[in-house]
Amino acid sequence: MRKAILAASAALLLAASPAMAQQKTIKIGFISTFSGPVAVIGEDMRNSFELALDHMGRKMGGLPVEVIYEDDGFKPEVGKQKTEKLIESDKVDFISGYIWSNVLLASLKPVVDSKTFLVIANAGPSQIAGELCSPTVFSTSWQNDQTPQAVGLYMNQKGVKSVFLIGPNYAAGKDMLAGVAATFKGKVIGQELTTWPAQLDFSAELAKAKAANPDAIFVFYPGRAGVQVLTQYAQAGLKDKIPLYTAFTIDELSLPLQKELALGVPGAQEWVNDLPNEANKKFVADYIKKYPGKKPSFYGAQSYDAANLIASAVAATKGNMSDKVAVQKALEKANFKSVRGNFRFGNNHVPIQNFYLQDVVKKGDDYVLKTVATIVKDDQDRFHDKCPMK
Amino acid sequence: MTLFIEQCLNGLQFGLLLFLLAAGLTLVFGIMDLVNLAHGSLYMLGAYFAATFAAWTGSFVFGVVLALGATLMVGMVVEVVAMRRLYGRDHLDHVLGTFGLILFFDELVRLVWGPEGLTLPLPSWLNTSVPILPGVDYSAYKLSIIVVTLAVAAFLYVLVMRTRIGMLIRAGASNREMVGALGVNIKLLYTLVFGLGAALAGLAGLMQAPILTVQIGMGENILILAFVITVIGGIGSIRGALVAAIFVGFIDTLGRAFFPDLLRMVLSPAAASTAAPALSSMLIYLLMAVVLVVKPEGLFSASGK
Amino acid sequence: MSGWLSVRAIAIVALLLALVLLPVHVELGGSRFLLTLFTRIIILALAAVSLNLILGYGGMMSFGHAAYLGIGGYAVGILAHEGVFTGFIQWPVALAASALFALVIGALSLRTRGVYFIMITLAFAQMAYYVVAGLARYGGDDGLTIYKRSQFIAPIDLSNKVQFYYICLALLFGSMYLVRRIVNSRFGLAIQGARSNDTRMRAIGFPTYRYKLVCFVIAGTLCGLSGALIANHTDFVSPAMMYWTRSGDLIIMVVLGGMGSTFGPLVGAVALLVLEEVLSSITEYWQIILGPLLLLVVLFARGGIDGLLGKVRHG
Repeated sequence: MRKAILAASAALLLAASPAMAQQKTIKIGFISTFSGPVAVIGEDMRNSFELALDHMGRKMGGLPVEVIYEDDGFKPEVGKQKTEKLIESDKVDFISGYIWSNVLLASLKPVVDSKTFLVIANAGPSQIAGELCSPTVFSTSWQNDQTPQAVGLYMNQKGVKSVFLIGPNYAAGKDMLAGVAATFKGKVIGQELTTWPAQLDFSAELAKAKAANPDAIFVFYPGRAGVQVLTQYAQAGLKDKIPLYTAFTIDELSLPLQKELALGVPGAQEWVNDLPNEANKKFVADYIKKYPGKKPSFYGAQSYDAANLIASAVAATKGNMSDKVAVQKALEKANFKSVRGNFRFGNNHVPIQNFYLQDVVKKGDDYVLKTVATIVKDDQDRFHDKCPMK
Repeated sequence: MTLFIEQCLNGLQFGLLLFLLAAGLTLVFGIMDLVNLAHGSLYMLGAYFAATFAAWTGSFVFGVVLALGATLMVGMVVEVVAMRRLYGRDHLDHVLGTFGLILFFDELVRLVWGPEGLTLPLPSWLNTSVPILPGVDYSAYKLSIIVVTLAVAAFLYVLVMRTRIGMLIRAGASNREMVGALGVNIKLLYTLVFGLGAALAGLAGLMQAPILTVQIGMGENILILAFVITVIGGIGSIRGALVAAIFVGFIDTLGRAFFPDLLRMVLSPAAASTAAPALSSMLIYLLMAVVLVVKPEGLFSASGK
Repeated sequence: MSGWLSVRAIAIVALLLALVLLPVHVELGGSRFLLTLFTRIIILALAAVSLNLILGYGGMMSFGHAAYLGIGGYAVGILAHEGVFTGFIQWPVALAASALFALVIGALSLRTRGVYFIMITLAFAQMAYYVVAGLARYGGDDGLTIYKRSQFIAPIDLSNKVQFYYICLALLFGSMYLVRRIVNSRFGLAIQGARSNDTRMRAIGFPTYRYKLVCFVIAGTLCGLSGALIANHTDFVSPAMMYWTRSGDLIIMVVLGGMGSTFGPLVGAVALLVLEEVLSSITEYWQIILGPLLLLVVLFARGGIDGLLGKVRHG
């Protein structure tokens, strides 16, 4: 980070001299959901990306940065269309963002075909980590299965013998349920997929889970559905009867609505707001300062990292975007201070990283997430063998 | 068996809730001959009002009462400002105009309340489960929804069948010109009916709010179900709407509950889990298509149109 | 017919010229995205033209027209997924599948009328939507990426954007001509007669049910063609393209442009999609402008934009 600021201030001085007046702008396209019920996720990502730009003086490697935010409307085909617009019309150097696996999979072809560098800030479908991996595609998040795999490991530690899985019927939902089943040593006694994103009433599925009488229930419901599933879980009278385990269901965005319903419901995550490193402290503190009343979530943390990863590559190549191999090499080094501490890429450009157990605690009138334990250290996704890049 | 009883109750609750929406639609449809796609927006507004008022007053019950009044008012204003001009026009004009209203209300709510959505927390006396049979516990709140909607259905029955307004409503549904010719203030009647429909939609929305939370666009998926019910039941028929709503509620819930297991017997588990949610959602539309093929004007057609 | 120098004629000629010359503008340095955007507009205009045949002339208010978009699209997508890339198989299959679907649902739906017809066509489209969403092999809810566009014999290459644009444009003009010919034929006049008075047409001796069914199938087939094009355009098909709101979009295009007019659907498609693009670049809250605008068109501009332009409607 300091390096980036130094570079930025040096560039400011240079820019003042007339010889450097004509300089290139680094263009970044950012695709996320900025409308509809899940817009709150997109806003958190944009806020964090903007904060990262503020922190680097809105310059990368001395060059001014222009970010174009596009709304995918939560729809794969719209996301694809916006991706094409960024590539063809805006001619961006980098594309980042993408919350949803299905939107990403639909948009992948034009990005890879045009050899535009892609830094995924959230979605992690198994294909991207495996057979569809690409030299120009990077991720600052995870592969979908990793987080639920960590939950599966944690359930083993807790001596859970049987589990009932519930998740939405889309690319990530299926990955998540498969992830739990991959590491969980007990028996999966039932599995239900629900229509996504239309179905919000889970009473039929919860009643089935209740009737199956498992040791635990696992759910994956990102965004607003996470509030609904916890509410209905309590209303079905399950809260004190069958323990609930989650992935991506409780975060800083949903917590203000979930409140006490989330108390004591564990989840796994690669980033928690209280991780003890300098970059993270600065990120969390400045985010709260810049956006009063809001708290950053893991979506934001990954976007903040994405901005810094891009900046590190621009700085290393001195803004020469035409040498694609050099940019790729620079990105692979991941030479930046991540908010989750250590950060390095595997062969498939997906991070190798720790996963933490997070829990919800009450702090005054507020509910906050805190790290309880490290479930797994330096975890690499289980699809990297399928990626032809070595 | 316990599971089956619980799923039946879930189906009944969902069906009765759909009835509230469909009743308003079928009234407006039957009397003013208006296809109102924006009915779902009123459902959404009911939920937003309830969440806001409950937070202000600190009381769930006050919040609900104020929200009902507010949705009634919004409904009447919308009628006077926009809907009134659409009567007597082509159904296509209705579809287009009220589709525009959906877009407008969705964005308006986003401007006023922000994109995050709200929650309507239940008071603790509703947020529990109660034993309904030995060994069968059921959500107290869902039970109360069943009771309230049944009461509303009874109220509507009395209103339509036993009062002067009801007589005019029935007369209006079968012959509009005649009612006008009798010197009744048609304009006022229409505004009242539309307001009543709005309040019913608002009631449905605010009752769903504690279960599904409050968010933008929450009315759009359920709106289509309400239309399906209106059509299956026969346009203008409250009784038809009630029967069809309970049918649809049962089919939807029981389909989701038991269809996946049936499908797993014929398909591989992976294919079955993907196909089941989609195919069980289809059952309702299948029901509608079958009903319309057999009885092209719905089960209980109110008018001879 | 209005005079050749009317505002309406000038506006339409200008629009057609602009569409024909758009690739030239792009080649001369205009934004390539314009080409992508307008290819999509033209394809959806073709779907709107097909809807106009039954909606505008036939008075059949189908609220499920997007189903054919999906069927045509999935015919191409599924065949490509299975390794059949030749357009000489893909496209006829897309057309035949749409025609067959239209035949079945038309035969059942045309027994009803009015709002019941709106709802039953919606029901069938939703069923098709859920069937496709349940196809695990072809991506289910997530949709299906098409890695290779339909192959034809050289020199036809759908991956060439300019060529693809002109193919779509030619098919659009062809369909508009076809619809015009149908409408002005004896068959078309009978259909329009049935719209205003079905009983009388039957009394004169026209088998209106059969006529309407044929008309319904032609419209469905044309829309299936549009679906095959859109699958090639986006290299991606998903159930979302046949959701009921899409059928709503098509209706909006037709009504906005002007029902029962040759150029209306094209004008409507251009107006709606360009408006969406422009408004959304001005404000994030663009729907708060578009919504009331639609209502105003309904209230004050009967006959849509085409009607506004000329105040003269073609029968």
